[in-house]
Formats: sequence, C-alpha cells, structure tokens
Amino acid sequence: MTDRSSSAWVRYQRFAPMGATILLFCLAYAYGAIAYEGMRDPQVFLNLFRAAPFLLISAIGMTFVILSGGIDLSVGGVVALTTVASAALLRGNGMDPWLVIVVMLLMGMAFGATMGILITYLKVQPFIATLAGLWVARGLCFWISDDAIAIDNRLWDVLGQTKLLIPGLADPVTKQGPFISILVVVEFVVLFAAIFVAHYKGFGRTVYAIGGNEASARLMGLRVNRTKVLVYTLNGFCSALAGIALSIDVSSGHGLYAMGLELTVIGAVVIGGTLLTGGSGYVIGTLFGVLVIGVIQTLIQFNGSLSSWWTPIVVGGLTLVFIGVQSFLMARRTKRATSRRRTAQPRTTGDPPLPEQAT
Amino acid sequence: MTVARSSRLHRFAESKLVFPLIVLAAILLFDLLFDPDFFGLQVIDGHLYGNLIDILRNGATVMLLAIGMTLVVATGGVDLSVGAVMAISASIAALLIDPDFKALTHDPTMSVTPLWLIFVVTLTVATLCGLWNGVLVAYGGIQPMVATLILMIAGRGIAQLITESVRIQIFYEPYAFLGNGWVILPFSLFIVAVVFTIFWLLTRRTSLGMFIEAVGINARSSFYSGVDEKRVKLFAYMACGFCAGMAGLVASSNIRTSDANNIGLNLELDAILAVVIGGTALGAGGRFSLFAGIIGALVIQAITTSMYAIGVPANALLTIKGIVVIIVILLLSDQVRGFIRRAASRQVRST
Repeated sequence: MTDRSSSAWVRYQRFAPMGATILLFCLAYAYGAIAYEGMRDPQVFLNLFRAAPFLLISAIGMTFVILSGGIDLSVGGVVALTTVASAALLRGNGMDPWLVIVVMLLMGMAFGATMGILITYLKVQPFIATLAGLWVARGLCFWISDDAIAIDNRLWDVLGQTKLLIPGLADPVTKQGPFISILVVVEFVVLFAAIFVAHYKGFGRTVYAIGGNEASARLMGLRVNRTKVLVYTLNGFCSALAGIALSIDVSSGHGLYAMGLELTVIGAVVIGGTLLTGGSGYVIGTLFGVLVIGVIQTLIQFNGSLSSWWTPIVVGGLTLVFIGVQSFLMARRTKRATSRRRTAQPRTTGDPPLPEQAT
Repeated sequence: MTVARSSRLHRFAESKLVFPLIVLAAILLFDLLFDPDFFGLQVIDGHLYGNLIDILRNGATVMLLAIGMTLVVATGGVDLSVGAVMAISASIAALLIDPDFKALTHDPTMSVTPLWLIFVVTLTVATLCGLWNGVLVAYGGIQPMVATLILMIAGRGIAQLITESVRIQIFYEPYAFLGNGWVILPFSLFIVAVVFTIFWLLTRRTSLGMFIEAVGINARSSFYSGVDEKRVKLFAYMACGFCAGMAGLVASSNIRTSDANNIGLNLELDAILAVVIGGTALGAGGRFSLFAGIIGALVIQAITTSMYAIGVPANALLTIKGIVVIIVILLLSDQVRGFIRRAASRQVRST
C-alpha cells in the first residue's frame, strides 16, 4: 500500500463513524420523504429540533464526560429534580423566574461538582458515584413532591410557546408556516459553545487528552484533576439546563420524568461517533446522533402500524452497528500498525528505506 | 496461640466476606437500637415471619442477579442488561402459560404449557440472551458496558413486543408458588440456595472459578497459560443471563404479573452494587466470592427494609440509599487498604 493512496483514507478516517451517522440520517430521512407524503413538510424537519432540546443539551454535556473517559448515569435524576424544584419554586407567586433558572443551574453545577470530587479525589468509580447521584437526585424529587406540580408562569409560557417563524419560508402576514421555538435557539447556542470549548479551548484539549490516556496527560503536566471535576460540573450544568427545557416543554415538574434518559443520551453520543473509551469523537456528531434517534421516532410515528416499542429496539440495534464499526476500525488501525512493524513492506514507489528503517 | 488457629482467623479476616458481613451486622445493629423487637420471628400456619425473613424474601431477586453478576464482574466486565432479560423471561413465561392473552384464563390450574417446560424454555431464552452478550464482548471485542447496554435498551422493547404492551396477569398457581410459596421459609430462598449451590460447585469444585479469576486479573498471561479467555467470558455472561432469567421468573411470580415495563427496572444497578459491596472489583475483576455477593445483595435489601421499619417516608428512601451507598463504597476503598496494612504490620511484628 503506497503512502499516496492511503493518505486520504488515513487523514479522514477519524470522521468515518460520524460520516456514517450523517449518511444514515440522510438516507432515513430520504426514505421517509419518499414513503410518506406528510414527511415532506419542512415543519417535520424543524420538529426534529423542536422535539427534544433537553435530549440534545443533555447529550452535549454527556459527550464531554465520555470524551474524558468517564460516564455519568445521574442525568435523568438531575433533569427530573430540576423540573420538580423549579415547579415548586414557581408555585403560587413564588420566586422570580429568572432567579429560578439561575438557582437551578447552580444546583446542577453543585451536583456535578460533588460527583466530580468523589470520582477524582476520593477515587470512587464513576459508574458507582454517578449511580448514587442518580438515586439521591430521584429521591430528592419525591422529597419535594410525590405528585406532579404544574407550572403556570409567564416566562415559562413565553419561552415554550413563542413561535419563531422562519424567514423566507413562512408568511409574516398570516403568521403561518414553518417555525421553531426559542428552545431550539438555546440548544444551538449551547451546541456552538460546546464545539468552541472542545476545539479551541485548553479545557477541551485536556478533556481529549485525559480520555486518550490519563497517565500521559498527567505526565504532560495537564491539570487532570481540575479538568475532571469541571467536566462533571459542566455535565451537571447541562443536565439542569435540559431539565429547565423539559419543564418548559411540559409545563410541569415530576420525579418520574426523564426515566431512562441516561441510556438514550449515551446511545445518542455513541451513535454520534464518540468512542465510549474516550479520547475520540466530535460534539457535532452528538447532534447527528440525536437527529438519527429523532428521525427513527418520526418514521415509526408516520408508519403508524409499528408499535412505538420498536424505537428502543432500533436505537439499540443502531448503537450496536456503530460500536461494531468503531471496534472494527480500531482493530484495523492497531493491526496495520503492528503488521507494518513486523513485516518489511515492498515499496513500489518512493525512495527506498534507509538501512536503519528496514525491519 | 497455635499457628493453625491464627492462620484460619487471619484467612477469614482477609477474605472477601468480612466487609459485607460487618456492614450487614452494623445495619442490623442500627435497626435493633431503633426497634428492640426488630429480630422478632413469628410462626403462623407453619411459616416463619419477621423482619429478617422480609429481608431475605425481598432480596431474593437481587441475590439471584448478584450470583451471575459476580462472575461477569470477575472477568472484568459488567452486564447492564439483567433487568431487561428479567422482563423478557417474565413475558415469555406469561406467553407460555396463556398464548392468547385476550382469553385470560382465570382458572388457577390452567396452563397451556407444563411448569417444567416453562422453566426450560424461559431459562434457555435467558441463557441465549447471555450468550448474545458474551459473543459481543468476547468475540466481538466490544466493551462490556456498551455491549450489554444494547440489550438493555432493546430488551425492554422486545419484552413489550412479546406481551403486546399488555400487563399479563398470571393465575397459574404452581407458577405463583415460586415467589409466594412458603416451605417454612419463603420458597424463593430455596431457589436462591439451589442456584448458588450449582454455581458454587461449577466455580469452586472445577477449575472454572480459577480460570475466571485468571482472566479477570490478567487476560494476556492467562492466554499464554492456555486459558481460553473467550470461552471463559462466554460462560460468565451465559451464567448471568441464566440467573437473570431465574430472577425474572421469581419476580413476576411474586407480583403474579408480567409487567414488561417495570420488572427488573434499575435492578441491574442494585446487582452491580451488591457485587461491589461483596468485594469483587468493578472494571478490573479478579478474585471473587459468590457468597460475598449474596451478602452484598442482603446489605442493600437490609438498608431498604430497615428504612421502612424505622419509618422513613418512602419518598426519602432512594436518597438515603444513595447516600449510604457512597459511604459504604468510601469505607470499602480506604478501609481495606488500611486494614491490610495494619494486619500486615502486625504479622511482621509478631514473627
């Protein structure tokens, strides 16, 4: 294999899993558009973004955690706790809603920071620490209230129901046509902020380094401990923000919300091309992971005949396929590296190897 | 003190059983302080009743899961799908009892399939689920958490599809005996005892146990020693599937329903916790103790039952459980190291 022909593949190989996700999304959407007339409405595409901002925001936070080689099982609990706590605070003529949002975000960060400290300094396994965090969070929900609490607040209504018409597609006179909500804007702001932090900030680089090899990162002088705690704090922030988005969506708060969210979020991150072992993956990939899950749900809805329980099965199957692809690519990379070291490859072009380079 | 006596005591102190037993004793002691009558046992109609029996009975499902999970964790992996496999087994059992759900036979002696066949088919399917996980992990080289996550997500969907999203009520009495029957002690305990004995014999009276520990400690060197890592891991995951199937049967028989949504929900987390309390290292694997895993399951159940007995409101239970877990885990990590250090220095001083 010559260097010239392999260079393109080698250079873009790391985009392969994410490329597969994007391709899958396009294919699935194309299939839907052909098969179902209703799906050709541009609103359906926009609904993919409107349907689950809380899933995307939560998945963005989880992406950072997984990139650092950890895992956070508490997201569902923190999301539910945020919905219940904000509902409780807004009850009657309670707190100023903007203050509620700030308090909730701080609470999420405190939660994340606590787990981060347990994991980093007290050496508790991330799985166990975040599992305990999940239990504590869910338990706190029911401490606040056994039943769902309705939210009746102007800010919440405005944030949830304002329709932002798409210029060019919608008719401004009759106020009809394709629209998105404010939460969609929020989720895109979060997405772009996350991409910026991941690729243009030292924090992001440290996260990737820790995920690749924590010991090497430490030896390089990177502030591993601080970054690890910050990663979980960031995820706590994202979970709280996702909880606020959910409470806006459903105008209520309950401890039973977001059950099993952590699984869907991890699935979305993996489908988006991030390796669960950490160190490899792109934040934008998570966006496509969420979109793929959304398009599957949409397809099943439009089909109508398939039970909605097919969604978790398909998501599970897709996660499997993507992991298989990832493992396959990783195995090929290591195999090629070791085989090149062991056997002398005949070179058909280029300069002959120097004596000390021959195996 | 003769050498033999001190070494046996020392061996017990170093074993995996010490920590979970101490924690269990501490919890029970705490209960005794709150309620002096906590250990009271009554015999009604030839059956034993009491708080201790409650702990044993309610903990039966997690004890079964912990047996299989210990083996998987010992190989260095984890199985997140046990809850979903429980749901699948419960659905299949309900399907076998009455394939046409709409008919809903109310006759307690009616079942389309005999009980033994229900057992065989359900446990076979559960073991096949374990086989699926094992193939993905051992032969596919996929990370255990990810591989079992797939079945965890998809499995609930499969269970729901089998029962067509209907909660099937089970009226067949012999099946209900599994979870509800009493032979002095709750029948589910005998099931736990049988399953435990089977796996204890398989792992400690054959070399399988040693192979599992070897694979967990260092897969590479066990490969060079001739241990087939792939087959050992496959066995571990199949065993876990089997135990999950049995747990599903017991759980659904307990509530006389096959509820594909709720059976086994979050129980995988309890099972993993039980194994960790029992001293098997999560993520690394290696030395394991089935009995310690069972004690770990009892610890978790004891926490729950104690909370109810003291009168902690149900909605606070989950929070307390989470906090207690963290405390236990922290104790485990620092204490074991300190204990061993002190014990080793005592040994050095005495010689």
